[in-house]
Amino acid sequence: MPAVETTRKTALNAVHRQMGAKMVDFNGWDMPVEYPCSGGIIAEHNAVRNGVGIFDVSHMGDIRLQGPGALAAVQHISMNDAAKLAIGQAQYSALLYPQGTFVDDVIVHRLGEDEYFLVINAGTREKDFNWVRDNTRGFDCNVENLSDDFTQIAIQGPKGVDLLQKLTDANLSAVKFYWVTRGAVCGLKNILIARTGYTAEDGFEIYIPADEATSARVWNEVLAAGKEFGVVACGLGARNTLRLEGKLPLYGHEISDTINVWEAGLDRFCKMDKSEFMGKDALEKAKAAGVKRTLIGLEMVDRGIARDGYKVQDPSGGEIGYVTSGSFAPFLKKNIALAYVPPEFANPGSEVRVEIRGQSARAQAVPTPFYKRPKKT
Amino acid sequence: MPYPTDFKYTKEHEWIKVEGNTATVGITTYAQDSLGDIVFVELPKIGSEITAGKTFGTVESVKAVSDLFAPASGTVTEVNGELATAPEMINKDAHSAWLLKMTLKNPGELNSLLSAADYEKFVAEEGGH
Repeated sequence: MPAVETTRKTALNAVHRQMGAKMVDFNGWDMPVEYPCSGGIIAEHNAVRNGVGIFDVSHMGDIRLQGPGALAAVQHISMNDAAKLAIGQAQYSALLYPQGTFVDDVIVHRLGEDEYFLVINAGTREKDFNWVRDNTRGFDCNVENLSDDFTQIAIQGPKGVDLLQKLTDANLSAVKFYWVTRGAVCGLKNILIARTGYTAEDGFEIYIPADEATSARVWNEVLAAGKEFGVVACGLGARNTLRLEGKLPLYGHEISDTINVWEAGLDRFCKMDKSEFMGKDALEKAKAAGVKRTLIGLEMVDRGIARDGYKVQDPSGGEIGYVTSGSFAPFLKKNIALAYVPPEFANPGSEVRVEIRGQSARAQAVPTPFYKRPKKT
Repeated sequence: MPYPTDFKYTKEHEWIKVEGNTATVGITTYAQDSLGDIVFVELPKIGSEITAGKTFGTVESVKAVSDLFAPASGTVTEVNGELATAPEMINKDAHSAWLLKMTLKNPGELNSLLSAADYEKFVAEEGGH
């Protein structure tokens, strides 16, 4: 009998179901897409923009590299410059194939003198771990897959810091965006607290022990502590609309093994002045050859929603590209999309069409990100 | 959730309210609940012909596009213009947020639709979560 692939569950799965969440399969994981008790996707999305929302993101993967050669190993596989990281600092980066295309995007955290912690996508957990282990064999460091060790809860929104401060002795006001600290959280000692997220808002991600009882207790304490701020539980539906408004890439959509760094517009995270990293040579050649397609933001002009995979056309109806991600944007109240098109259509104001169920609907290129969080005064 | 007894229902979760030779069509509260927040509705033009069992438009939630299936054949006489700017009315009250009105070509088709009691039974079996 062929092996049956069982659906994977996070430690909070029973809690989501008890809350009445609508569940969906996401890359083999049984995950909440929205919670009727939160009011659904639009309410969840706007709670994060205006107050605070929490997400179970335990399906994401965690890899630790530790040892004298850990930095060198990270520098070899990651396109950003990890040597710039102070202890407690994090950066967005990507792991690249020799062709300069994406294995995955990643957040690299420096947790200690010789300790780096990579957080990777759920759908690429095994692929990434094997990739990291295989491509760092020559370096003096241990590579561990800690993905199953943590329940990861994201607390996102302008009130996220106020919520989490009630539950921890760590001084969160001293933690800048994309920095981490450790502290007691809900009575648990030495918890990794990162000021990171995937919502284009301020917020934190906490990494707690993955046993079901602890995970449920902390989840419920976070919801209780957040009541005064209007906290709601949020699912993958809102997670997607939030990251889309902020133009944050999603693997398999804006980035993939057939898309390179220049096309994806992630130049600022790619440090070509590093002496060496996987994919660097190919990227040099690609830069010299020039990009044939580039990622742009679109806003619909005609009625209609541009969705993932829809064709993009020039004003005469000729096919020029495709939508990587598209949706109604709940905070902006517009229909927006990201798409790959030839560079001549990239300037804001450029007119294109999106094919929606056989009809050519007008859209225009707009500056991105579509949404930027207001600066705290 | 009680389904109005003066409506008839399809297995695709549309309702139809018949008054003489004209009818009003919408989607059920079960449908809007399954869909989640409705953000876009695409309806046929006034004067167009729709055919029982065939698609006549779409309703979109944040996550998905769903076809609308005609409960009966006929000509569209009115569409609910409010849904262009406030599609969420369907989530608020699906049984009064009508989609279109039509004249009926073949009222006999209505006999194959479900009564409120049968529809309620149908969704109870389909629901499961």
